[in-house]
Amino acid sequence: MIVSYDWLRAFAPVSIPAEELGELLGAHVATLDGIERTRLDLEPFVVGRVVESERIPDTKLSFNKVDDGTGTLHEVVCGAPNVRVGGRYPFARVGTEMPGGAFTIQRKKIRGFTSAGMLCSAAELGLGTDQAGILELETEALPGTPLLAVLPAGDVRLELDVLPNRPDLFCQRGIAREAAALVGLKLQQPPELSDLPETPAAVLGDARATADGLTVQIVDEEGCPRYCAAVVRGVKVGPSPEWLAERLESVGARSINNVVDATNYCLHALGQPMHAFDVARLGANIVVRAARSGERLTTLDGVERVLQGGTLVIADDLKPVAIAGVMGGRDSEVDQSTTDIILEVAYFAPGRVRASRLAAGLSTDASYRFERGVDREATLEMLRTGAGLVASLGGGRVTAVLDVGTAPGAMPPVTLRAERLNRLLGIVVPVERVEALLRSIGFGVTRIGEEAWLVQPPSWRHDVSRDVDLVEEVARLVGFDSLPDELRPFRPGTVPDHPLHVRSTRVRDALISQGLLEARPLPFVAGDDRTHVRVSNPLAEDEPHLRTRILDTLAHRAEHNLARMQANVRLFEIGHVFAPGKGSALPLERMMSAALVMGERRPPHFTEPRPPAVDLWDAKALGESMTRAAFPGADVQLSPSGEGELLWLITVDGREVGGVWRVLLDAPPWASPAFGVEIELGTVESAQVAEPGAHAHRVREDIASTVEPVRYRALPTTPAAVFDLALLVPDELPAARVAGVVRDAMGELLEHLSLFDEYRGQGVPAGMRSLAWRLTLRHPERTLRDKEIEGRRGKLLRALEVELGVKPRA
Amino acid sequence: MDLNEFLRRADALEASARTLVASLQPGTRLDDAKGRLNAVAAEEVAALRAALRTLPPEDRPAAGQAFNRLSQALTRVVENYAASLRSANSGVGATDLSMPARTQWRGARHPVTMVIDEIAGIFRELGFTIALGPEAETAWYNFGALNFPPDHPAMELHDTLYLRDDVLLRTHTSPVQVRTLQSYRPPVRVLIPGNVYRRDFFDATHAPAFAQLEGLAVDEGISFVDLKATLAEFARRFYGGTRRVRFGPSYFPFTEPSAQMDVGVGLQDGRGLRWVEIMGCGLVHPAVLESAGLDSERYTGWAFGMGPARIAMSRHDINDIRLLYDSDVRFLEQFTS
Repeated sequence: MIVSYDWLRAFAPVSIPAEELGELLGAHVATLDGIERTRLDLEPFVVGRVVESERIPDTKLSFNKVDDGTGTLHEVVCGAPNVRVGGRYPFARVGTEMPGGAFTIQRKKIRGFTSAGMLCSAAELGLGTDQAGILELETEALPGTPLLAVLPAGDVRLELDVLPNRPDLFCQRGIAREAAALVGLKLQQPPELSDLPETPAAVLGDARATADGLTVQIVDEEGCPRYCAAVVRGVKVGPSPEWLAERLESVGARSINNVVDATNYCLHALGQPMHAFDVARLGANIVVRAARSGERLTTLDGVERVLQGGTLVIADDLKPVAIAGVMGGRDSEVDQSTTDIILEVAYFAPGRVRASRLAAGLSTDASYRFERGVDREATLEMLRTGAGLVASLGGGRVTAVLDVGTAPGAMPPVTLRAERLNRLLGIVVPVERVEALLRSIGFGVTRIGEEAWLVQPPSWRHDVSRDVDLVEEVARLVGFDSLPDELRPFRPGTVPDHPLHVRSTRVRDALISQGLLEARPLPFVAGDDRTHVRVSNPLAEDEPHLRTRILDTLAHRAEHNLARMQANVRLFEIGHVFAPGKGSALPLERMMSAALVMGERRPPHFTEPRPPAVDLWDAKALGESMTRAAFPGADVQLSPSGEGELLWLITVDGREVGGVWRVLLDAPPWASPAFGVEIELGTVESAQVAEPGAHAHRVREDIASTVEPVRYRALPTTPAAVFDLALLVPDELPAARVAGVVRDAMGELLEHLSLFDEYRGQGVPAGMRSLAWRLTLRHPERTLRDKEIEGRRGKLLRALEVELGVKPRA
Repeated sequence: MDLNEFLRRADALEASARTLVASLQPGTRLDDAKGRLNAVAAEEVAALRAALRTLPPEDRPAAGQAFNRLSQALTRVVENYAASLRSANSGVGATDLSMPARTQWRGARHPVTMVIDEIAGIFRELGFTIALGPEAETAWYNFGALNFPPDHPAMELHDTLYLRDDVLLRTHTSPVQVRTLQSYRPPVRVLIPGNVYRRDFFDATHAPAFAQLEGLAVDEGISFVDLKATLAEFARRFYGGTRRVRFGPSYFPFTEPSAQMDVGVGLQDGRGLRWVEIMGCGLVHPAVLESAGLDSERYTGWAFGMGPARIAMSRHDINDIRLLYDSDVRFLEQFTS
């Protein structure tokens, strides 16, 4: 929304500079996005002070020395009669471009005198027509001060980010109303709207009215509660006067002709869209109705549109002539030949205009305002203003005014209690102040008792329906910035940290400490409608699904890195995945943690120039550590799986949570193999907590940690006995089974068992491998005797032979 | 040979092996060192091994252990010599301590996560806990419960990705406000991080999915002063005490009054000061409290929402939002701690 400082001041003659006004509006009304002077071309000009002046003989010229604040006096030849020593004038230094790009000031010789700069007249600066002499500035400003600082020439555009609940601010008067309230002024009628020609009394009708040969009929009362029209005859269509064109241009609109400009003036100044039809091109009847499906209309933009059934239109006897509240038709457009016009000002239902706008794919200044709601009670008054303006600009006479139907009227009054207001704001606002503030922006305030009011919103405010809406009005007018900001006591909350947050934090910390990089990629994939949840209006048709696993995303990210010659990829992500919901409209949503690793195990070092590549054992370790971080204290198992790329299945307390995979990538030949881990951290509850308007308050019972604390074991006081055991194990026999037998056979004496060697080759029969374990035995109370150890060892070897057929390596 | 002699000879051999290696001419090649050691030890090792079998059975385990220790010790002697050779060769004479350390890969938090964690840390100190919710939501939780009027243009600020008619990808984290208020009795003080979705094309400044961070405080007697004080305190801790903040009017269907907080960027003296909107905030709209079955006269609250990605981009001078999503290791590695 562009606000013209000049135009605003026509409604509210504020005396503060535009910058200050912008700050004020930004703090109390709407965010100030920008501020721009229309005469930026005057920026290079400065205040120059003439310190010496002498006439050049036989000429009208003078030779002057000008102080421009730089410390150097400039020699300037000037032809103006009014130069005087000590005077301050607009000064253009060498290199300054004159307004309009006429010329650039250059150093030159005039009558043997050097001139380096120019003292300027008002005309030369584009500030009027006075060229009798140079412009004497009535200022004490120091030489070198920017001219615009002492002579605020031209208009200033304020760009405000007006929010959708405040359609009343989409016009100059709306902003002016707020500005007036903020500085304590009354809104006034601008000169151009004073003394407009009289308009005849309105001919009223509930659904239909006729005057001066025109009949207005509302068929669709739901879509158009009120329709006012004026007939203006004898208009001469022509160019707009300069002031009007300037007004429109100041807010970025284009001047077209006096009639169209009059309606656009009302739109931008008052926020009321208006439309003008050429009587000669329209029948004698205006009908407001729903379009029949397939009806056609060529709109003002030249596009022929096939209307959807139900679209609210203005029609003559036969056909639609405008899409109500959106755009008029080209056939009834006002042009140079028009003499008689019908001016329309209506209240259209916001929802219907929105529907038309969406159906036509056509957003206009008018639709924007109708959708958000125009003043509900000013329809007729707006029409009189618009018709009067047309008549005063184009000549002619307003011959008839018709007023059909009834608009919904202002919002009902709202009760506001001082206690509630003060409790919500956290300060005490004196009752008189509350009343003054609300009245200053048009609210009707009636006191009920000592401490409450009945507040009547003005007809242009549709956003006020509850007491908190009034609290906002008071808060913003008082100024959010003026409220205190000291911290006050608070009670701690009842909500425990979400368990999935706790879990994901542990996992993230663990993975980062292991050297992994966190990724946050986009979660869309190309999937399958049967297994994936589909976005019904996706942005990209090639990736319309939500992912079912994070590793798919990470695999793509790894390929992205490989394509950039990055061989060492170690990414992880913690995020949500989705599967079609079983018996529920909502998908099944789970939080997952996944990691993908490939490339060198460590950075190269001069002691190890070529580190080994990450292999499946690193991946297994990653699977273990990720799962243990997520489920501390739980029984984490990785069981071998022969299924496809799945290496290990991960279980937690016997429950399957994920796995470790080989990840097949579209990878260049130099890339090393990639491995991935993905585990489920938990289901994200998405069922409705309680019915709308109800709660299901609970006390969380599971806040205390369920992790069993580690039980301290006494440090050993007896020596350990260590021996190694090399066994010939058939390839198909899992080492874990052998280890299991070892554990069973050695019983509680076995403190530690580690597999430290695998060997195939010389001395080992084909189909077998030699596996070597180191056993650490310890008795808690005494030193183990050699005989005992030998005995256990013998028993172990027998058990291995009997249970697994495994023999020691000779 | 009895056990005692066996143990003595094993110890002696270990000692002489150490002496031998220690007395080698500096720079003796590894093979030569091994040869000299063999010459001294091979015969004795064979003798001891043979003796193992002739010892009485009850002495054999102890002898066996001693023999194992001996062989390990001999291996270590050789390995250590090899290592000393390597380090001697890597710098002439003394070790060059200017050479780089042996490192591991360093991990990194995503810059957006860093912002979220840092903000969460501050709000934790102000008494907030973390609440989460689903990304696939019902239209009621995302819009209806949050006082979005049906068919209102305000909804168009949230171009929505739908899964079904009344199921969508949440456009903000605010549904979690209602879920939390339905689940727990006030006082509620929660911070809600999470991903949200908008139907925005992926370009340098927009992404169809991004992180949001939302805060909610509901209790009896909570006022706009509490909102302002808490958020100003947050800004002081996050940006440092010298940054100026200001509050201005705004609009969200689920807060009333609604405001926005801006922080001053650039010089703080007024000239060259630029204001950047950091968050939207406001008092929780009574309709939201009522959606969650709370008495909106008894309870009041405030809420705010902000975009950690924008903050990450401005603090790290990231000019293209897609860098945050590409997962290029060269980018992510820059954020290692």
